[in-house]
Amino acid sequence: MSTDGDTAGGAGRAMVRAEGVHKRFGHVEVLKGIDLEVAPREVMCVIGPSGSGKSTFLRCINHLEKIDAGRLWVDGHLVGYREHGGKLHELPERAVAAQRRDIGMVFQRFHLFPHMTALENVIEAPLRVKGLAKDAARARGRELLERVGLGDRVHNYPNQLSGGQQQRVAIARALAMEPKLMLFDEPTSALDPELVGEVLDVMRGLAADGMTMVVVTHEMGFAREVGDTLVFMDDGVVVEAGDPRQVLSNPQHERTRGFLSKVL
Amino acid sequence: MATDAPTRPAPPEQIRAVPVRHPGRWVAAAVIAVLIAMFVHMLATNPVFQWQFMVDNMFSEPVLRGARTTLLMTVLAMVLGVLLGVLLAVMRLSPNPVVSGAAWVYVWFFRAIPRIVLLFFMANLGALYATYELGFPFDRQLMDLFGFSGDLRFLGLNGNQIFTGFTAGLLGLALSEGAYMAEIVRAGIQSVDPGQAEAASALGMNRSTTLRRIVLPQAMRVIIPPTGNETIAMLKDTSLLIAVPVTTELNFQLRAIGSRTFQIIPMAVASILWYAALASLLMLGQYFLEKRFSRGFGARETRAQRAARRAREVGGSQ
Repeated sequence: MSTDGDTAGGAGRAMVRAEGVHKRFGHVEVLKGIDLEVAPREVMCVIGPSGSGKSTFLRCINHLEKIDAGRLWVDGHLVGYREHGGKLHELPERAVAAQRRDIGMVFQRFHLFPHMTALENVIEAPLRVKGLAKDAARARGRELLERVGLGDRVHNYPNQLSGGQQQRVAIARALAMEPKLMLFDEPTSALDPELVGEVLDVMRGLAADGMTMVVVTHEMGFAREVGDTLVFMDDGVVVEAGDPRQVLSNPQHERTRGFLSKVL
Repeated sequence: MATDAPTRPAPPEQIRAVPVRHPGRWVAAAVIAVLIAMFVHMLATNPVFQWQFMVDNMFSEPVLRGARTTLLMTVLAMVLGVLLGVLLAVMRLSPNPVVSGAAWVYVWFFRAIPRIVLLFFMANLGALYATYELGFPFDRQLMDLFGFSGDLRFLGLNGNQIFTGFTAGLLGLALSEGAYMAEIVRAGIQSVDPGQAEAASALGMNRSTTLRRIVLPQAMRVIIPPTGNETIAMLKDTSLLIAVPVTTELNFQLRAIGSRTFQIIPMAVASILWYAALASLLMLGQYFLEKRFSRGFGARETRAQRAARRAREVGGSQ
């Protein structure tokens, strides 16, 4: 899979590497040149006001959005394209799907499959995409649901679960594909306040196990405690990035200070 | 009462108010009762109805065979129509503009043509070409062009043999139904939250797996009720097969008895009763199908959950 064309410029061991990433929706430029690097086992939290482009950037990482300019690599591979003879070639659907297999994504509004039980949600992709045997997939699925604290809810449909439980199933579903990178798009923003903790606990556990994570969040406590890096985005650019404690307690930029004074 | 619990005030006296009167309901009931009585009286006294004759003839052997043909035609036309409809809907939503355009033209054309006109045309396709063959397109012209003689055809069917009766009728109804089903399936697919397909592709599923496993099962909830209506409409539209004609079908048989014996009214009433009964049967089937596909949308317990809960309860009580 890896050819020189894919990895050129993506050298090094970064799990995610973005260089001058631009994204435009119609006339609105949402990302105005993002440069970032996420090391393996790193937990990067991304904060910023709504409309700052943080969710869009996350969606670019697994090619749910196509970038308009710049380069984006995951684990050394160009996302969505192949570089050959100095030209970019769009990857066919199958190759994009193969890339996404290694990138887990958790959505703000869960997007569990409502016609499937928790266990069926978790084993669907391993069965259909990886071609795992049914027994093996079920055993692994139960294990994952156990791990997110839902061992007794395997046969429940999503609408019989609380928001926090649904989001934990969604995390288990993403983990079932054994991703090397997990993307979280405001995973607790749609939850009642008392349910936020159970989801953050699961994510904390994942971080402790060494999962590489990019987390778009409004949970400053989580960012401070679990994050290795904190990125503050505003208006399509990275304003400030660094150690979470540093950024949160001693922001260097006016815009960061302004945002933090509103949310803290 | 208040002496036992002096801290709690006695509950207030229950309200016993005079209910609002509804004279309109009584008037309506009286009017309708009179109308029903008039209707029943007409049914009982008008000799043209010939009830005994109707009962004797509406279950005769050819009529029963006609009912079977009608049901079979309905089922086959709907199965073909649904398959065609799914195919057309998927084509219509394809990012490929040629494929999507072709589906649009198909749907436009077959929705614009009355079924009875289409059926009449299908019945006479035998007059257009005597034989229908499967082979290489434009084979004769191409062979001529390159100086060969002969053709490249593998299978020949006699037009007058295929496009008669049952097959012509089935084809006409199925082709027409495909266009309506395409719109219903498309509406169903588009009713599914786009986040679902997004979540599926984030898991690495391709377009066809996503469609088959994630989107279509959820679209079913929206697709099934109008499909039930389509099935019932199809049952009724089999009576249009008189344009082909399909002589073994229910309405044709009942009418034949009526014209043969000059008992038009009794056999027309028999037709009404037959279609009402068959349609009711289909409505019942639709009810169960809808229940089946609401899985995960109501808050009902599944069998596995019920078993697990009972096990917990038993375990807890010991």
